[in-house]
Amino acid sequence: MTTTTLLAKRRRKLHIRFSAVGMLGLAVILFWAVVSIAAPWIIPHPVGTIVDYDYFGPVSSKFWMGTDYLGRDIFSRVLMGARYTVGISLAAVTISCTAGVLLGMIAAVSGGLLDGLLSRFLDALNTIPSQLFGLVVVAAVGSSIPVLILTMAVIFIPGAFRFSRALAVNINAMDFVTVARIRGEGVVYLVVSEILPNIMGPVLADLGLRFVFIVLLLSGLSFLGLGVQPPYADWGAMVRENLGGLAFGAPAVIFPCLAIASLTIGVNLLIDNLPKKIRDRSDA
Amino acid sequence: MSHLVEIRDLKVEAKTDAGRTVEIIKGVSFDIAPGEIVALIGESGSGKTTIALTLMGYTRTGCHISGGSVMLDGEDMATLSEHQRAQIRGTKVAYVPQSAAAAFNPSSRIIDQVIEVTRIHQLMPPEEARKAAVELFRALSLPNPDSIGDRYPHQVSGGQLQRLAAAMALIGHPKLMIFDEPTTALDVTTQIEVLRAFKSVMKKGGIAGVYVSHDLAVVAQIADRIVVLRGGEVQEIGSTLQILENAQHPYTQQLLAAFEPVPRSPDEAGESHIRWPLLEAEGLVAGYGPVQADGSPLVKAVKDVSLKVHQGRNLGIIGESGCGKSTLARTIAGILPARGGSIVFNGREMAADHRERSLEELKDLQIVFQYADTALNPAKSIEDILGRPLAFYHGLDKKQRAARIDRLLDMVHLPKAVKHRHAGELSGGQKQRINFARALAADPKLIICDEITSALDTVVAAAIIELLKELQRELELSYIFISHDLSVVSAICDEIMVMYGGEKVDELPPEQIGHAERHPYSKLLFASSPKLDPTWLDSLTPRPQFGL
Repeated sequence: MTTTTLLAKRRRKLHIRFSAVGMLGLAVILFWAVVSIAAPWIIPHPVGTIVDYDYFGPVSSKFWMGTDYLGRDIFSRVLMGARYTVGISLAAVTISCTAGVLLGMIAAVSGGLLDGLLSRFLDALNTIPSQLFGLVVVAAVGSSIPVLILTMAVIFIPGAFRFSRALAVNINAMDFVTVARIRGEGVVYLVVSEILPNIMGPVLADLGLRFVFIVLLLSGLSFLGLGVQPPYADWGAMVRENLGGLAFGAPAVIFPCLAIASLTIGVNLLIDNLPKKIRDRSDA
Repeated sequence: MSHLVEIRDLKVEAKTDAGRTVEIIKGVSFDIAPGEIVALIGESGSGKTTIALTLMGYTRTGCHISGGSVMLDGEDMATLSEHQRAQIRGTKVAYVPQSAAAAFNPSSRIIDQVIEVTRIHQLMPPEEARKAAVELFRALSLPNPDSIGDRYPHQVSGGQLQRLAAAMALIGHPKLMIFDEPTTALDVTTQIEVLRAFKSVMKKGGIAGVYVSHDLAVVAQIADRIVVLRGGEVQEIGSTLQILENAQHPYTQQLLAAFEPVPRSPDEAGESHIRWPLLEAEGLVAGYGPVQADGSPLVKAVKDVSLKVHQGRNLGIIGESGCGKSTLARTIAGILPARGGSIVFNGREMAADHRERSLEELKDLQIVFQYADTALNPAKSIEDILGRPLAFYHGLDKKQRAARIDRLLDMVHLPKAVKHRHAGELSGGQKQRINFARALAADPKLIICDEITSALDTVVAAAIIELLKELQRELELSYIFISHDLSVVSAICDEIMVMYGGEKVDELPPEQIGHAERHPYSKLLFASSPKLDPTWLDSLTPRPQFGL
């Protein structure tokens, strides 16, 4: 009881309201983040070694999530897989959203020719189906982690660009931007100081959503065998390699699926319930 | 029961996002007799709209009626179920919103929207309803009453749309009409026609009304009684004449005083000094759309306008919306580059486009916009907003900036603590002061004020005008003051320029207002500005025709 009032007090001091659902989402994400960093030290079995003579083994005290089609420990592989799924997706989403949002804002503020060129170029990029684009690039260059990250980033730049440009165009029409403009401010100041703070909320929500798309696309690519290469595997790849076990109801298929689901749902819960600043300051 | 409406000890509460309850309406009581029009008047935030909405049993999201009763024709709107309220809305009580343009669905015909009430409540068959609607259009003196209903909302003017919204409310034969600032968004010349139409329809039908407004002069024309509100409490109730001539409460007196601002004395204007022309514009042409072969824009909003502002003197620009006065301001400021003409500022010719002007020129010529809400970045603190021009133009460091910001806040009469707040946490008047302080931070020679008092309440606007005058005395500023409000312009300006259809039609000193020898449009404009006299509207001759 006392802890809750204390917590409430502290929260009021921060002038932030954060719903329990949002916190749950954040907890799930933090959990996976910690797992992906600590994985090498906490996995009970090496990911590449065959530890069980039986394949598609059931959940047991030795193998918490059963074993896969070669008799490798799924629990260890899921923990290690978090590194690839979370890491690659995070890197890709950071690159794509940073680039997309910056370009979008610059296009909106500059207008004219630059806006036209950027918009049409990225529109053209947008017309290529993402799965197909990934397939072609990975098939041509070969699969490695940097290639995956960059491919994924390029695929999602046009979306982030369109989104932020649409938001920035609205802000750009506001009087305070006009005031800054006739003060003589440059594009960099306009973008960073006047526009970005005002579109931050939607951009963050969009970033969370895009993160989920990237996780799914990466899982999709891995499912096709173009993602992370064996013996390592991200969660999507694990689903694919163990698909044969579906008929046996093997936990080897279910647990990676659950991992993907928990991460994507966690991210969505968080972005739908981002902490809100309380503007009512009368008690301050 | 002799009263149609009896409000007793009404209390409305709202919950803030921190979970705190705030009492918005603190025990308000008043009555409305059948056929009587009662005006609710007060500044924004005084609770006038909230009270009007409770008459329909409605409160805005997050608010609820926490006490008291709202008896409408024998039924307590505060305690009825939502279903029962829905039965009453549209048939016994109807609402005319402030912005009719936002209240109409742009994708369906006006007539269908007007008769929607009769369909929902199954009052009459559609054919009959259409006929009734046309009768109402006629009664509201709308042009082409038989066919205007077939148009879409964007095909009629703002004043017509406001009357159509009234028709929509009247079709269910309500006993009580609620008007929520119905003419605030209209020009003075249009306002007259709308007011006149409302008044005649209400009188003819014997309908009671609640008229919400902050404009005492408008209210004086239409209301039988006035309820003066402030901070969710009734300050004074009295008949219109009583309030206008014998106001008891200090706040009412303040409201009345604000209506007649003190004109600038010749002493203030500083006739004794030698004044040099600070800004001279010659034959300005500006507009929108692609540039034509002869170098002029497709739609010309400003046509060959010349003006001159002397150092330390103020120029007022007045005209109805769409006359090009704001475009002229933007052209001078370089936001919309002029397509023709020249601007000489401080003795030097200035480029048409702000991007080609020097930092010095940008600094000396500041513009203050009408809506402080959109002119202040909501994501920044007041300190950052005021600090930026100081750092940008004058290169002040953090400590110097802090000192200067305190001085600026002091100049615009705001407490120093305000600097840590965000714009959204300030009232409309405070925001406008910050908006102005930002222009002052640049140390300008000329400030263009684009309708800076139009979004404010009378009392607050009067305070802003006083502030402008005071700062002018201290800082040797000049203003170009753009407004559609004649009393505001005549209070601060030494010279008034009248614009119509993108052209300058007249130029006169404020003493000449109402003079018979002026341009016909000036005369119309001056005659249309409401007076604090209940008989003013009725005594007006029909809108004088004039052609240009």
